[in-house]
Amino acid sequence: MGTLEKHLRERRDSGRKLLMPYVTGGITDDWLDVIRAYEDAGADGVEVNIPFSDPVMDGPTIQAASDQALRRGTTPRTVLSELRGLDVSIPLIVMTYANIPFRMGYRRFVEECIQSGVHGAIIPDVPYEEMDAWEEAVGDADLDTVMLASPISSDERLAKLTARSRGFVYGVNVLGVTGERSEVGTWTADLAGRVKQITDLPVVMGFGISSPETAAAAAAPSDGVIVASAIMRLLLDGGSALEAGAFVADLRRAIDGV
Amino acid sequence: MTTTPTAADSIMGDVPDGRFGRFGGQFVPETLVGACQEVEHEFRAAWADEAFRGRLDGLLRDYAGRPSPLTLCDRLSDELGLRLLLKREDLNHTGSHKINNVLGQALLAQRMGKKRLVAETGAGQHGVATATAAALLGLDCVVYMGAVDMERQKLNVFRMRLLGAEVRSAETGSRTLKDAVNEAMRDWVATVESTHYCLGSAMGPHPYPFMVRELHRVIGTEAREQCLALDGRDPDVVTACVGGGSNAIGIFSGFVDSDADLVGVEPAGGAAVGRGVAGIVHGSTSFLLQDDHGQVQEAQSISAGLDYPGVGPEHAHLAELGRARYESVTDAEVLDAFQLLSRTEGIIPALEPAHALAWVSRAREELAGKTVLLNLSGRGDKDVAQVAEILGEL
Repeated sequence: MGTLEKHLRERRDSGRKLLMPYVTGGITDDWLDVIRAYEDAGADGVEVNIPFSDPVMDGPTIQAASDQALRRGTTPRTVLSELRGLDVSIPLIVMTYANIPFRMGYRRFVEECIQSGVHGAIIPDVPYEEMDAWEEAVGDADLDTVMLASPISSDERLAKLTARSRGFVYGVNVLGVTGERSEVGTWTADLAGRVKQITDLPVVMGFGISSPETAAAAAAPSDGVIVASAIMRLLLDGGSALEAGAFVADLRRAIDGV
Repeated sequence: MTTTPTAADSIMGDVPDGRFGRFGGQFVPETLVGACQEVEHEFRAAWADEAFRGRLDGLLRDYAGRPSPLTLCDRLSDELGLRLLLKREDLNHTGSHKINNVLGQALLAQRMGKKRLVAETGAGQHGVATATAAALLGLDCVVYMGAVDMERQKLNVFRMRLLGAEVRSAETGSRTLKDAVNEAMRDWVATVESTHYCLGSAMGPHPYPFMVRELHRVIGTEAREQCLALDGRDPDVVTACVGGGSNAIGIFSGFVDSDADLVGVEPAGGAAVGRGVAGIVHGSTSFLLQDDHGQVQEAQSISAGLDYPGVGPEHAHLAELGRARYESVTDAEVLDAFQLLSRTEGIIPALEPAHALAWVSRAREELAGKTVLLNLSGRGDKDVAQVAEILGEL
């Protein structure tokens, strides 16, 4: 079992809801401080985005965050090399689109992730049908590939993608792209329940979680939440790493009360 | 890496696994995998269904005006020292080849019970065609178009609205075709249960490259018969412009098993095949304009319809097999060709197929005495205002 999965299972099994905030690598000069602030605020892992020019699963906020990072000269190598010196104890999961590792070469990309202390990878435009080459490149490296489950995935697809997922299963709360929404819809409990019936991997829900209330609502039927756009909007609006940390602390309190 | 085909008929045939050699695939988010599979399943069933084929053929004939003529260009042939045949897709209803694909996909949407079409458009030709098909069949229609292209092609924006479609501006990135595709995919992720994505080129995730080629195969099939009727033989060269590559894939499909040379012509500022670097975007692996880090670069072309950084995966495969070759031409050469055809034949071409003519004109020595079939994929009315602005008074 990979480091990421072991860590998340232990925390989940201790009765804790998992909280995984997201940061766009290179969004600001002090983006590594944002990750440190997440840890201080009680995050259980951090999703680190390597920005891509054409993020089709992302709404306007993450697009703007990606654009800002790219304009600052961010590349896959700058993100991964800056992570090398990072002194946090919670696991890091990179999230990016297929062309980024494809261009670098899957094998090389995996090596660079390992050298940077990354323990998981999320590539939303690589469904399991397209996953063989990537899995082969990962081999027995300590890098868990996290698969996304959609509210409209058939039972058959859920079984197959769950079987190939490592670390956790990323449950998508909505039909649609990332972005803040005022409430968690009916898909969340349904999908979390369906996935939990077929696996004991942690099931962490993301997309549309914008507040302590929505975080608590999505964490209740699942093992935890991923929060991205709400924090990236705060940073895009000039908010500091400490303010991002304070928001994550609010989310922590909300899901601890579930 | 070059692979030798085992048999000619294995090229441009069925694509059961969505792969064209090392290209193609279905690189889409989990939410869209089921929808792509449904489109594939329904398309295969429809394509084997005589009633569906009969309905489509009827619309192509009675509504779109097929078969499109084959025109022998006497004056221009003399001027260039070769024999030029034009496949007149510009004479189809809505003014381009795009109608072939949208009528098929709109009927398919209806068959799948989808009430809404979403599409991307560059020059506006695919958007106008989709809006037309939606109006014909009573479907809702949303077209995404880059903000830059909306400015370049105001008349087509008005046409789409007149036809009852909603045109939404893509304001991100280069604000051209690539960004319109991103927005259309984002829409589809959110609306997949009620909406069919009517993709306009032979690109995107499986089954689109295969399905769009099959829907445009009529161009190549007709042209082959027309050439045989006229000359009793196949042409020496078949050429077409390539952005995503749907008109080219349509005409190439009719000649892939002939001895004709197949030549795709890309804009110099968007020569994805010419640069030959593979990448993954918009659902498939193909050649892609990108930087060293994998960020997609913006294509630059006078023609909004070819302003796309990728190319359909089957073109990448044909290039790698050596069955087709890909040339590129500059905007200046295109403007010359645009005027040349207008003056010598009384046909104002769209800027897109003017690329293919620009190559023919440049390569006239190599082509001397040969019969060249050019797919005139669209008419130039939409481009006249833009060209007038560039050229000033004639």
